[in-house]
Amino acid sequence: MTTSAFVPLRDPRRARALAEALSRLTSRIGRDPVSVMHVCGSHEQAIARYGLRATFPRALDVIMGPGCPVCVTDLPEVDEAVALASSGVRIATYGDMLRVPGTASSLAEAQAEGATIDVVYSVSQAVELARTSSEPLVFFASGFETTAVATAAALLGEPPDNFSVLSAHKYIPPVMEIVAEMPGNRVEGFLAAGHAATITGWGVFEPFVVRHGIPVVVAGFEPLDILAGLVRLLELVLEGRAEVSNMYPRCVTHEGNRRAQDTLWRVFRPAGGNWRGIAHVPSGNLRLRDEFAHADARRRFSIDLTSLWGHAPSPLVAQCLCGEIMAGTASPAGCALFGRACTPDAPVGACMVSSEGTCHIWHQYGGRPFLGGDS
Amino acid sequence: MCLGVPGRVIAVEGDVATVDFWGVRKTVRLDVVDEPVAPGDYVLNHVGFAIRRIPASDIQATLALYEELLAAEDERDPMAADVAGELRGGGGGRP
Repeated sequence: MTTSAFVPLRDPRRARALAEALSRLTSRIGRDPVSVMHVCGSHEQAIARYGLRATFPRALDVIMGPGCPVCVTDLPEVDEAVALASSGVRIATYGDMLRVPGTASSLAEAQAEGATIDVVYSVSQAVELARTSSEPLVFFASGFETTAVATAAALLGEPPDNFSVLSAHKYIPPVMEIVAEMPGNRVEGFLAAGHAATITGWGVFEPFVVRHGIPVVVAGFEPLDILAGLVRLLELVLEGRAEVSNMYPRCVTHEGNRRAQDTLWRVFRPAGGNWRGIAHVPSGNLRLRDEFAHADARRRFSIDLTSLWGHAPSPLVAQCLCGEIMAGTASPAGCALFGRACTPDAPVGACMVSSEGTCHIWHQYGGRPFLGGDS
Repeated sequence: MCLGVPGRVIAVEGDVATVDFWGVRKTVRLDVVDEPVAPGDYVLNHVGFAIRRIPASDIQATLALYEELLAAEDERDPMAADVAGELRGGGGGRP
């Protein structure tokens, strides 16, 4: 197996030693719970897949915040894609976007009614699809800065004239500010997403720790990466040190990937906008710059949403806790719909739709197992 | 779609690399990676674009960093010294 160089990062003996250290640090901090937040679906995936939650001390609450780009895509953004698709424009998008509920329907429902929607793995595939025909093709783009870089590179790579982008891309650093300032927030430290930081560099978090007085640790995605990241974070919490610590140096540098940043900011500009379930996030959305107006679906098409406004959302939606879950003030276990009226096959909220959503991950892996334990 | 996956570069042709991910081969674009990439390198792939070259030696450096973290923890708590001792002593422990 050629990727075997990474196997030591899954070493159970080191994992046990790190888990022991987590327990000791949590006891020494002495609060119950000690709450820390990560903001990345990939972190939650790894925590669930490798069973790491079962090794966390019970007093340590590792909360998943707004780390699922599909989940925070706002209803009107989904509505724009549904309206375009329903008007006969061919849409290409990532698989996770297909079943995200809009006001009246999802892209999957539009597809069932005859709209042409292609699921792609990469924006490059969407560009190739556009080359096979002269008909317009809109790439409905979602994801954080890591994914936005790929969209930007595709736009700089001279795609055909019939290719355009409907951007629902989001930028993570501003939403950490919003969550840190939320009333009732108990978060004592953030585990930052290593892949977003690969692009932005860990320096992007320095103003944050100064403003909010809580530490940020950048961590990777192998089991040992996450455990070591948490150990480092609890050390900083224990010592009351509000600083940024980079525990993912094999990918993350202080200044980040400059080439990728140049690509990103040549094509996109930050704009304020709503994140579903969270709030208005200043500079939290990535929109195409004027120079790329020709490739901006919002400017190329007049998108009519009025046909969608007559529909009332399902009454179940009022009970959905996605917003509270993403803000870290509720967990799936506290939702009356979770696993009953809301499942991956029949999702009520976006958190159950996306493979990166907290509810989907907890449903897939059985939530938080309680294995007894001595802490 | 947000999953970043490391893989090993098999071949490079212009701005495109063939990369092995735990036995699955895919093509990956090199437009935004900030260092030259050659066969044998590891790259972090994100939706079909390499965003970082990872030298194999960096994985060992990561493990060394985690050992240091544990060593620092041991100093804080002598009770833990036996755990770390076992880690370092037994076969397959420290690389």
